[in-house]
Parts: sequence; C-alpha cells; structure tokens
Amino acid sequence: MMEKGLHNQFWEQGRLGIVVSGSLTKGLEVKLDSATSVEDIAVGRYVTIESERRRFFGMITDVTLDAIDPRLMVTPPDVSDPFIAEVVAGTSTFGRVHVLPELTWGGDAISLLEGPQPVKTVPAHFSVVREASEQDVERVFGQVEEKQFWIGTPLDMEIKVRLDPAKLVERSSGVFGKTGTGKTFLARLLLIGIIQEGTAANLVFDMHSEYGWEGTSAEGRKVKALKQLFPSKIAVFALDEESARRRKVSTDFVVEIGYDDIEPEDIEMLGETLNLTEAAVQAPYRLARHFGDRKWLEGFLALEGREQINELALSLGEHEATLASLRRRLEALRRLRFLVPHARDNPIQRILEYLDRGINVVLEFGRYTDITAYVLVANLLTRRIHTLYRERMERAMGEDIAKPRPLVITIEEAHKFLSPQVATQTIFGTIAREMRKYNVTLLVIDQRPSGIDEEVMSQIGTKITCLLDNERDIESVLTGVSGKSEFKAVLAKLETRQQALIFGHAVPMPVVVRTREYGSPQSYKELGFREAIELKKEAEKEMEDLWG
Amino acid sequence: MFKIGEIIEASTGEFVAQCYELHQPPPFGSLVKTREGEVEIYGVVSGAATTSIEPGRRPIARGRDEAEEEDIYRASPQLAKLLRTDFNALVVGHREGERLHHYLPPRPARVHSFVYLCDPEEVARFSQSFDFLSILVNARGQGSVDELIAACLRHAAQAHQDPRTFLIKVGKELAVLLGGETSRLNTILRRIRE
Repeated sequence: MMEKGLHNQFWEQGRLGIVVSGSLTKGLEVKLDSATSVEDIAVGRYVTIESERRRFFGMITDVTLDAIDPRLMVTPPDVSDPFIAEVVAGTSTFGRVHVLPELTWGGDAISLLEGPQPVKTVPAHFSVVREASEQDVERVFGQVEEKQFWIGTPLDMEIKVRLDPAKLVERSSGVFGKTGTGKTFLARLLLIGIIQEGTAANLVFDMHSEYGWEGTSAEGRKVKALKQLFPSKIAVFALDEESARRRKVSTDFVVEIGYDDIEPEDIEMLGETLNLTEAAVQAPYRLARHFGDRKWLEGFLALEGREQINELALSLGEHEATLASLRRRLEALRRLRFLVPHARDNPIQRILEYLDRGINVVLEFGRYTDITAYVLVANLLTRRIHTLYRERMERAMGEDIAKPRPLVITIEEAHKFLSPQVATQTIFGTIAREMRKYNVTLLVIDQRPSGIDEEVMSQIGTKITCLLDNERDIESVLTGVSGKSEFKAVLAKLETRQQALIFGHAVPMPVVVRTREYGSPQSYKELGFREAIELKKEAEKEMEDLWG
Repeated sequence: MFKIGEIIEASTGEFVAQCYELHQPPPFGSLVKTREGEVEIYGVVSGAATTSIEPGRRPIARGRDEAEEEDIYRASPQLAKLLRTDFNALVVGHREGERLHHYLPPRPARVHSFVYLCDPEEVARFSQSFDFLSILVNARGQGSVDELIAACLRHAAQAHQDPRTFLIKVGKELAVLLGGETSRLNTILRRIRE
C-alpha cells in the first residue's frame, strides 16, 4: 500500500506535466513530469489543460530539453549508470513542450451548449496538462455520422475528423505540399467529399488525367477516380480523345475549341508561358479590330510569308518584329489538336448543362500536359463560365429566384494562374478574391504556394497542406495564421506521406491528420462505391418492391 | 523496539546519547527515536565516537604482548568501564499521536530519555514522505552532510519493499532540492546507487 502511495504521487494516467509560463499570443510552456519522456511527445498532438473553471484544448508545437542548472550541461552527471540517469531525467534535466491553446470550454451548462470557443485567455499557473482523450477530440471536431464525409484521423487516434463540405465550398480552398506528398490523393478525397454530400458542383481541370477515370498511387498501383466511384454523378470531358480511348476511359464529351472562340484576353494570359513581350501581348487587340472579333486568330495565322506580315504591321502601325514574333509564338497553338478553326459544339454550353443537372465535370487534358494548353483552356472556359454564373447570380438576386448551385473549380499548378504578376488580371485571381459572392470558389492545388499572389493566398479559406520544406512556401501558406511560427515547426515535421495540416474555415481548429486510406476495395466502399453486382441486386430489389 | 542508549545532551535540532553497550552505536544514518512526553522525536544518527569517560585521560596502547585484540579487554576488564560510546543524532521529525511530522518538534528531548532504534516498518513509514530531506540537506555539522544523507537513504531503502524504486523517487526529490548544486547531487547519487 505504501508503495502505491509513492507511485500515485508522481504518476497519473495521461498526465504530461504542468503549465509553467506562457502567453495567449505566444503559447504556453509546459514542464513535463519526470514520468513523461520527451521521446513520447510529438508535435501536432493534442492536449487538454484543466484549470479551475475552464478546460483548454491545444496542440503541441515544440519540444525542448532543459536543465535546472546550466552548470549541468558543462559537467553532465554520470548517466552511464542507469540509476543516476533515471534520477536526473525529469528533475535536474527535464523536457518542456510548447502548447498553442486553440479552444476552450467552461464547465457550466451554457458553455456545454455553446461548445468549444476560441481562446481568449490562458490557464492559470501549474494547471495540469494531459493528453487529449478521444472524447475531447470528438467534442472539438464533432461526431461523424454514417454518411458524412471525413478526411482522416488525428495523429495516434481513431477519431474521424470531419471537414465541413458546406464550409469548404463557401470560400476557396487550397491543397499544398511538395511533390510526392499526396496532394492529388487529398484533392481527390476533397472532391469525393463535396460530391458525396452534394454541397457544390465541381469543374476539375485535370492536367494529368488522374481525377476523372483512374489515377495511379505513388507505388504505381491503379486507383479508382471519380467516374468509377460515382458513375452517375461525373461526366468526363476530354481534350484528347485518342488518349482517352487508349486508357479506356468512357468520355462523355470531346472538347473542341474554335479559333473564333479565342479572344485577345486569352492570349494575354499566355503572355508568361509563351514568353511574349508587352507589345506582343497588346497586339491581338489591334488584330481583333482589324480582322473582326471572332476571326482575328484564324486570319492572323493564315498570313503567309514575311511580306504579308510586314504589310499588316504597316497598316496597323505595329512594329514588324513584334508581329513576327507573336506569329512565331502563336504557331505553338497549332500543335494543340483540340483547337480547330470552328468548333462543332459549344463546350461551355455543355459544361454548364451538366453542372446544372448536378453532374460534376472533369476535363481531362490527355497528352496536352504542357502548361500552355492548360492555362489557355482553363482560363478560356472559366472566364466564360464565370460570366454566365455572374449573370445568373445577378438575375437570381434581382428576381428573387433560386441562386445557381455553388460551383467549385479545381485547378492544378495554381501559381501559373495566381502569380503576383497575373493574379490581378486572370479570372482565377478574380474568383479567388470576390467570387464567393457569386457562388463560385476555387480549389487550388499547388506545390509552390510562394508563387501565388499574397492577396489571393489570404482569401483562401481552408488550407490543407502536406509537407513543405521550402521556407518561403511555408511562410506563404501560413500567412495570416495566429501562432505562425509554431505551426512552421509542425508543418516542416509532417511525414512525407498521408499526413497533412488542415486549418481555416472548414475545421474548428488546426489539425494534423493522417489522411484516410484510399485505394483499397474497403476504402472505396466506405466512400460510397457500389460494385456492379451490388447495384444490380439493389435495382432488382427495387423492381421487386415496385412490381411485387 | 530496541533500547540502545540514553540522552546526555539535547537541543531542538540535535541530541547526543550514550550507548549502553561499548562499541555498539546504531549504524550511521539509521533512524532512532526518543520520547518527550506525548511526543516521539525522530533522529538520524549523524556520527558516533568512543572516548575515555574522563576527558583529561586518554587511553594508552596496551596490546604489544597480546596475540588477539580481545585479549586486551580480557586482561584488563576495567577498561570497558573507563570507555564510553556516544552518538549524535539530527532531529528530522516527530510524531504526535498518529500524526507524523517531518519537521522539528516543539521542545527538545529530555536528558536521560531512552533512545530506541526504529524497526524497518517504522523506518518505511517515516520515509514515505521526503520532507525530512531538506533538514538533512541544510544541516551543518561534523563530518560530511552528504555522507549522512547517502547513508540515511541507503538505510531507509532497505526498509522498503522495492529499494530501487524508493531510491529513484528520493533521488528525484534530491535533484530538485539540490538544483543548483550539481556536484553535491552527483556525490550523493553515486553513494546511493546499488
């Protein structure tokens, strides 16, 4: 009995240590109990702090080694002796962890109803810090119901973290991470979540053709993508019919874009990728005046020989070299087979039709993986769709009719569209900044967030970031987050796979998750996938019910 | 409870007792107790000495012609009566009724009170709290205090079921008490490891 007394004094289930100092802005310093080894602590884990009247919820953001006396560092004790080593651990030398308090709740009935609130104060000195229990975490992130979407589990816990799909589409969101960290997997999961809960229609500009039909995992294994999981809710549009056919993708529409659909603004967006001079970027506007709005590109590309170009330059008052170089650069467009003098169908109309019917559209680029094609098509289509959405929304507001369904546009290599040089001009910059009002938001996927305009970054509501190791990238992702320096440590220490830090609009507090498994038959099932046999059975049963 | 001696000098923080048996003082660092009215006073043996009963007369060497040391005493039986063994004890706590206090008693022990050696059970009960350590750590006096602390803890550890666990806990307490005195801590720890 006496021995037990000795133990109790030092050891208690889940107890880590006590708060010794700190501030609301900089976070709390917690001295670890001697029974807690620093090696058992990991940044990104959750703790609860019990003070007299409130309970605080926070995240471990740093771990430090400390000693009671600096002289100890100069004359270390004889730790080769296990006895001495055990004695000095936690007393003469001890661990400290840095905890960033995020949420708090009181013990009274009102606070129970209100749920966790953002912190406005810190716990008192020597409040006891414990590992957060699963109930605590569940209380913060909410319980996940049967058919609700969840993105993953917190580190070392079996709690499902729910990402609110309604909030996710309310503002733009971003998936960041250096290459190979699972951005595509995460983005695919997010899209599934939005589709599963039906909070918005999706338009995905699928540069590497991995969202529509099937993709490959890092191990080279094939994984099902959206169309295979939700055949009735996804339409695959292809720019490259041949590639789609080779990959045995059932495409719903083959996109062709007419030269007459390309406006001078579209060329302006290509300025950077085609390496056009300022004068060359402006020239298409003059060409449009000369040839007519819908004929300029065809007319310009039809010119043959230096003389004809010189002649045109003379009549437009342009420099000959400018036109000649523009012409040379635009030749690149000829290589894009989906560009034709006159399109047989109107892809924009088709996309909108599908979206209106609640069917999500994935536009596969097939072999056109070069950035010129991607920037051209994404910009061109989005600009038109944006205009139409805007009109509809304005009409909806004016005539008091139903607003258009929220639309999420997914773009990869986002820094090409949202770099500081072009963000003010491209349609994506506009959407990121103001389109929330018109029910259109972006899901940007990028590996170089530092290349994205700061203003756009600050407008991204929910950020999901995998491992980043470039200082500037980390800096840019964390712009405007309180406790930025703390999260830097967390972000830089994420594992290269299946781990992500999520923060912003769609989660109550920043959370490091192990993303849910994707790629096994069981995971597909959990995400709502039905095998053909099952579907058939269900249909047969319905028939039976219907006809008796 | 084993009666070992009688107090011949007492103050609040310390007492000196004479052993009933020559050369049989309680071990250095062991726990002894005495009684003052209703209060039991605990002390840690902090040193012992055997001297002549008369301060002015020093013993002289007598064993040149004897084969065994014991033969000296056999040849001159009066010697045992001319020598005495005294021991000192630092007061580290007291008990009033059932309550153990690990701080100094209200009054010092009385001269001629009996001194008893505590049995292991009592030692274990007393050393359940480490508050008495601060008295030892801050003690001034003859010999090395650190030696005393180490001896006391070694002694107390033997009374516990799991000496190692006890020593680790108490070592951690010491590490806190001697926060700024690394070398002292190291000295003591080296002396209490098994």
